[in-house]
Amino acid sequence: MTFAPKAAVLLAVLALAACNNPNKYGAGNGVVDPGGAYGDGGVTQGSINDPNSPAYFNATIGDKVHFLVDQSTLSDEARTILTGQAQWLVGHPQYNAIIEGHADEQGTREYNLALGARRASSVQEYLVSQGVAGSRLRTVSYGKERPIAVCSAPECYNQNRRAVTVISLGAGS
Amino acid sequence: MLRYVLAALAALSLTPAPVLAQQGPLRIEITDGVIEPLPYALPTFVAETADAGKMAQDITAVIAADLSGTGLFREIPQTAHIQRFASFETPVSYPDWQAINAQALIVGGVAVSGGQVVVKFRLFDIYSGQQLGEGQQLAASAASWRRLAHKVADVIYSRVTGESGYFDSRVVFVSESGSKDARQKRLAIADYDGANLKYLTDSSTIVFAPRFSPTGDKVIYTTYETGFPRIKLLDIGNVRASLLPEVPGTMTFAPRFSPDGNSIVYSMEQGGNTDLYKMGVNGGGATRLTNSPAIETAPSFSPDGSRIVFESDRSGTQQLYIMSANGGQPTRISFGEGRYGTPVWSPRGDLIAFTKQHAGRFHIGVMRTDGSEERLLTASFLDEGPSWSPNGRVIMFTRESAGAGGTANLYSVDISGRNLKKVEGVGQASDPAWSPLLP
Repeated sequence: MTFAPKAAVLLAVLALAACNNPNKYGAGNGVVDPGGAYGDGGVTQGSINDPNSPAYFNATIGDKVHFLVDQSTLSDEARTILTGQAQWLVGHPQYNAIIEGHADEQGTREYNLALGARRASSVQEYLVSQGVAGSRLRTVSYGKERPIAVCSAPECYNQNRRAVTVISLGAGS
Repeated sequence: MLRYVLAALAALSLTPAPVLAQQGPLRIEITDGVIEPLPYALPTFVAETADAGKMAQDITAVIAADLSGTGLFREIPQTAHIQRFASFETPVSYPDWQAINAQALIVGGVAVSGGQVVVKFRLFDIYSGQQLGEGQQLAASAASWRRLAHKVADVIYSRVTGESGYFDSRVVFVSESGSKDARQKRLAIADYDGANLKYLTDSSTIVFAPRFSPTGDKVIYTTYETGFPRIKLLDIGNVRASLLPEVPGTMTFAPRFSPDGNSIVYSMEQGGNTDLYKMGVNGGGATRLTNSPAIETAPSFSPDGSRIVFESDRSGTQQLYIMSANGGQPTRISFGEGRYGTPVWSPRGDLIAFTKQHAGRFHIGVMRTDGSEERLLTASFLDEGPSWSPNGRVIMFTRESAGAGGTANLYSVDISGRNLKKVEGVGQASDPAWSPLLP
């Protein structure tokens, strides 16, 4: 029943400064966002009827291909689109591309990141097989972080399971 | 006598078989697997200095929220109290507390002077009519008053349940804002109950899956600040962070500390294939742990550091595997229907929490380390990413709602599947990681 003052527990003040200085976060404040992470835009100048324009690549050839659930295998439709992408890239060597892999929301975050990387890699391998120099291509996965369709239904999931070829003018062009 | 074992906690009987822990006058009735929470009385702590009234009220309220928030304790409203404490030294009138069916009574005092808060308290077992354990006194700067309250609650929880507490702890997580197709994410940290929210990064780039160092002073996470997933180590004290080295052209993600804090296990993707690697906490000495054409990610060390549980789709779907912390042949432990991911080893070493997807639903579940006695604790459109409380009795996770307006929130549930609730005060949030108990 005695009251025994135990050794006083001294609590350090949490030295968490208010985070109002963005510089403290180090590099990367400017979002390096090669894929236009808030959409699949990329370079969009020119007319979709001008075969030399990025707009033609994005809209007429098609900058994206889709995948089945959990799959990274290319469908016949995807191969047709990618063959067109490869021909365009071979004919326009001043452009490089980053291939973004994406997943739908029906999966855990880190698995979907790895799954998106598989998809991007499938596209990269196919483009290389069609004559595009591997040095012009890079892959990145966004997993389920950047859906383009926001409903929670198969028609949206189908759109989100995708790989997008985002072209940009390479160095020296 | 008050030291009975709350059935939810004890050996965690995995079946809902009624356990009647009736010792002496204590009545803990468990029917249909539902625990009758322990009724306790918590008079507002006595203000022992002239300006301590508000602090005494606030501290008392946090203690009550901690205890009642477990679902294991039920506070008897102060309006029902018969005895009033004019002083911390006022003798307890046990019949007054027996009359309102209190089983535990907590009496405390708060003094404030010179920016310091001093809290003292005693815990009484009403039915046996005696004090339980010694009185204790704790002191801290006024700014840390909530930690004082949590520490008091941890002591009470511990004395009554025989288990260590979890209230004086924090959670690091991803704070979310913006529409579903343009989600903004930034790292944030808060007390386990959502108080004292602070941001650790801005939202200029995607971040996810932070984890605390074993000492709780650093956080490791995945960031897109270079345009590609990279691992970054952040010091919570000064909010300085640095990227760990990478192999050019790869993605690195899913980092976790080893229990000794000296190394980091993580995933590296190369040419579309993701495997597990380990490196020193300063980025040196990377070694490969798995070598398969399948996806290996979401690693978690056993508390003794000898083994790693992770997920792999080498069988065709995501499943859980355990291997030596140095790599080698893994053993599959998940065999139920559906797919299993994000395994996290309990700090007690006895269980592995996981995310399960089956029949269009997501679940948080636990299983023994050999894969036996699987139990699902939750079910929803999307639950994922469990993290253990420091005492291994509660799991926090992400719950995301469906549809265009879907948002993510943090939830917690105890490992019996009871007491499911949202973590308030942190806004839209995902990927919680629970800290160790603070020193």
